[in-house]
Amino acid sequence: MKNYKIGVVVFPGSNCDYDCYTAVKNIINCNVDYIWHKDTVPGDFDAIIIPGGFSYGDYLRCGAVARLSPVMTTVAEHAERGKLVLGICNGFQILCEAGLLPGALYMNKKLDFICEYTNIKVEQTDSPFTSLCKKNQVLNIPIAHGEGQYTAQKDVLDMLENDGRIAFRYCSPEGEINEDVNPNGSRRNIAGILNEKRNVLGMMPHPERAADKKLGSTDGKLLIKAIGEWISGTME
Amino acid sequence: MKAQIFVTLKKSVLDPQGSTIERSLKQMGYDDVDSVRIGKFIELEINGDDKEKIQTEIDEMCKKLFVNPNIEEYRFELL
Repeated sequence: MKNYKIGVVVFPGSNCDYDCYTAVKNIINCNVDYIWHKDTVPGDFDAIIIPGGFSYGDYLRCGAVARLSPVMTTVAEHAERGKLVLGICNGFQILCEAGLLPGALYMNKKLDFICEYTNIKVEQTDSPFTSLCKKNQVLNIPIAHGEGQYTAQKDVLDMLENDGRIAFRYCSPEGEINEDVNPNGSRRNIAGILNEKRNVLGMMPHPERAADKKLGSTDGKLLIKAIGEWISGTME
Repeated sequence: MKAQIFVTLKKSVLDPQGSTIERSLKQMGYDDVDSVRIGKFIELEINGDDKEKIQTEIDEMCKKLFVNPNIEEYRFELL
């Protein structure tokens, strides 16, 4: 087993924590620990995953209450030190609410809860999360959310685009990007974004749910495996 | 003192609930409806009667918790 350590944050209402734990354990084979939201993050975590779910019942806004949890202060410090943070679904919403990523996620354009496989195009490969993907590769990874419509001011969207911080966009199986293949109405088909230092990624699709053949796709493995490789690269 | 806070999506942000309700109202025959915006209503009871202090406090609460300035705007009244 590899000697580095990945943490999975657990809030009241998280429901993808075990999936993330299992996917990381199976794919990277390193130490994985749950971090209770009332605890702080010890300095020895190499990466932290904020999993999906309905933290605090999504009261007020998705992620609005979770971002006030003690753990989030130390997640911010961990990110500041250049360590990795991956927010999936509710985790992405929490990272936006916490200001670690710009913009916001709110109710899907058609108001329905969508639980289905989507195709996402990898636009950026120079990040610790996407380094094993090919540029413009189409990944088949499911979404499951009612509030995943990404929005931000025009100047923020332009900045994300110009700085190469849009990691994934919803696309057709052939990689075309248009409104027909945009499941939730996100601006510019955005499915995932990076922070300025590229060590924080937020994404609505669930890579941990596409990490086993039995579940229909193993495309999510690429992202999780990349995290492990990046960590071992920084240790050499 | 009582504070009533109204939070709505910014004009520049699409309001899927508002548009759905607008269509329903039109279906019901209310052709004069031009736009519907749906938001949140929050009511607080606050101890004390220093209006200025409470105003500052509510404004702070809105900025820190009740409102996401990326997508929402707010106003409040003290009663």
